[in-house]
Amino acid sequence: MTIITNSKPAPAKEAEKDASMLKQKEMMAAHYDRLTSAPETGDKVASTFVPGNLNELIMCFDLVNNLPEVNAIQNGLRRQSGAYVLEAEKIGHSEDVCTYVKSDIGMMAKGNLAPNGRKFPNPDVLLLSYTGCFTFMKWFELLREQYQCETIMLHTPYMGDGKITKNMLEYMVKQLKEEVIPKLERISGVKFDIDRLREYLTKSAAAEDDLVRVLQSAKRKPSPIDAYFGGIYYIGPIFGAFRGTDDAIDYYKFLRAEVEERLAGGKGPVTPDGDMGKEKYRLVVEGPPNYTNFRQFWKMFYDEGAVVVASSYTKVGGVYDLGFRHDPAKPLETLAEYCLGVYTNRSLPMRIDMLASYVNEYDADGLLINSIKSCNSFSAGQLLIMREVEKRTGKPAAFIESDLVDPRYFSAANIKNRLESYFQMIEQKRAGARVAA
Amino acid sequence: MAPSLNGGGCAPIVARAQALFDDLSFASARDWKAKGLDRKVVGYMPIYVPREIIHAAGFLPLGILGGGDQLEVIHGDAYYQSYICRIPRSTIELGVSGRLDFVDGMLFPSICDVIRNLSGMWKTMFPNVYVRYFDVPQNYRDDIGGNYYINELTELRHDLEQLRGKPITDDELRRSIVVYNENRRLVRELYALRAHSPWLAPAPEAYVVLRAGLVLPVEEHSLMLREYLATAPKEERPRRDNCRIVLTGVFCEQPPLNLIRSLELAGCYIVDDDLLLVTRWLTADVPTEGDPLQNLALAFLHHSESTAAKYEPNLKEKGQHLVRAVRRSNADGVIFACPSFCDPALLERPMLQHVLKNAEIPYIAFKYAENSGQMQPIREQAGTFSDSIKLWSGR
Repeated sequence: MTIITNSKPAPAKEAEKDASMLKQKEMMAAHYDRLTSAPETGDKVASTFVPGNLNELIMCFDLVNNLPEVNAIQNGLRRQSGAYVLEAEKIGHSEDVCTYVKSDIGMMAKGNLAPNGRKFPNPDVLLLSYTGCFTFMKWFELLREQYQCETIMLHTPYMGDGKITKNMLEYMVKQLKEEVIPKLERISGVKFDIDRLREYLTKSAAAEDDLVRVLQSAKRKPSPIDAYFGGIYYIGPIFGAFRGTDDAIDYYKFLRAEVEERLAGGKGPVTPDGDMGKEKYRLVVEGPPNYTNFRQFWKMFYDEGAVVVASSYTKVGGVYDLGFRHDPAKPLETLAEYCLGVYTNRSLPMRIDMLASYVNEYDADGLLINSIKSCNSFSAGQLLIMREVEKRTGKPAAFIESDLVDPRYFSAANIKNRLESYFQMIEQKRAGARVAA
Repeated sequence: MAPSLNGGGCAPIVARAQALFDDLSFASARDWKAKGLDRKVVGYMPIYVPREIIHAAGFLPLGILGGGDQLEVIHGDAYYQSYICRIPRSTIELGVSGRLDFVDGMLFPSICDVIRNLSGMWKTMFPNVYVRYFDVPQNYRDDIGGNYYINELTELRHDLEQLRGKPITDDELRRSIVVYNENRRLVRELYALRAHSPWLAPAPEAYVVLRAGLVLPVEEHSLMLREYLATAPKEERPRRDNCRIVLTGVFCEQPPLNLIRSLELAGCYIVDDDLLLVTRWLTADVPTEGDPLQNLALAFLHHSESTAAKYEPNLKEKGQHLVRAVRRSNADGVIFACPSFCDPALLERPMLQHVLKNAEIPYIAFKYAENSGQMQPIREQAGTFSDSIKLWSGR
């Protein structure tokens, strides 16, 4: 069922935040200020995507990174995306397609304002890092039409057979060497320096180490983090414009210390309403969250004592917990491997393997899929994923539906009902196990 | 060689093509396979695979385009949410109902995330079938995208050699290129006939004749095309006062035959379209001398159709293929028919519409599913479009 919400909800109580969340907020604010000041400072801007985000390379050319998906998320969290989506549909975009795209296009039509209230600058280049999502290609073709600016395609082959082949790597490195880098040099006026890239990659790897420690802390009971709702904050800097920076290293050090302190104290995650109560259910979640009702969505979990111990969405900008690190010893190959390995570029059998192993390794009670109406990259095949993971782990799975940033597709009552049924199913499974024992 | 069908005008040819279209058990492909123990069938989905390589292995390439409007989808819906297009669910239905149990391999071309993910589903659900996600380059430089694609073709060749149990020689590939060149030439002739005199080869008829090429051996299909082209123009057909339109957006999930028929009945001759692109994806003959895989790769890079699944590196060129199709076929306008929830067609549509607007080419748009049954709204929309063109365009 679709619920169309027109009225604004009552203002919510100020959410409690970890110190790391506050630090990230400052980082993001500074980034948006830098971005929106570009016309005055003369900084040039590159728009690109989160999966396949080549932030280290972008920084080599002194370009400021603008991520339209992150802007759409910000608009979702600020409850502005609904109007933007409608605006895009009014000007001819189908109701069936990705709402990130429509939020972005609607935002442009309505003044293109950043979260700081200032106008986004026009990009100098659209770096079409085409990784794991067909829509990306059309999205930047649509933006190119609007901005009339140069667009650089970096095509990442899909890991259909579950492996990275020599041919894939060579193709990507050649594109980087002979297409992407020369064009970025020309657009930015900055000569490429591979040592500068190596330096950024070294910093990336340091932050990635700490991020993995944080994500894997959820193996402990109780988990000190929520690896989906909280995880979205944790991935912010590394998936965005900060990977390869000192800021990211500092942030992840700080975050890790904070999480280790919670571990030592035997505490659960921090939620918007403070420390979570007793951990009753441990879940693995597949799929992106809904952003228009993010806090309400999260509350449905922590009110029931459900904590997400691992999620696939926190791997869309890089799968670090399976071992990948940016490697300064092979700078272009490592960028290629990074793009090839992001979650949505992995075949369906790889995704099934990953989710089943999360259920086992994190000792979860089961898999929950939040299927997103407008994201076929994630959603197509999820019902089979659910069955396969259930079959392999023997743990129950459940399926809910919502959308990224379109409030029309968030039906709180439906989701809550399904979650409650799911938690009952887990209880029954536990009772059955106790009887069998 | 198959016996001639040309015994009484084009009716028997069309009847045979229609029977192939209606047959969801793929009896003709099954019969072909039953004639030899070494015969294998490799299925493929829209929009393009190099059928020459499958043919060179001695296998039958079999186009799988979903289940149409005659297949009752019982199991397939259990695999997909309501907001995903219909072609994957009816394709799954074909698979789980055993209708494809004779198929030895399946190729899933790079067209969208749904078909991409279906490749992984197929691997999981049918572990004994050879499955390959068939990626194509989005970089069109010979030394970058070209090299990548040659290596991908080499991998496909290698996989099919494994399935065959012996190598595929360059000469076998060259011979296959020759027969597909011939088939494409005939397909282009059919399109030229339709562009010139669409009443002589009505769209639903031409469609089933073309579609027969997805289930028949190519040599047999070329014979069918030749006979159709020889007989269809001789039929007495009424010439209607229709407008002439290019139909676009129909490159993957197929519209019901009734939709195609309805458009012509509503007053719109379809003089060009992007249906069944695999039959004419390569727009020029592939050279038959030299390295056959390199020739196929270069043909893909430099002489292939434009469509939503391909990146267009040049902003000025974006959508111009559609303008050219309109000019070439002397069309009056464009009909965008897009399958519901089809990312490529629906995301592309606004850009193409802007191009048409700038070129002052009128258009209308609607959505369909392969099992759409209610044609009245589409007929009314197309009829109004046709009337407006006839009234206001000075025809």
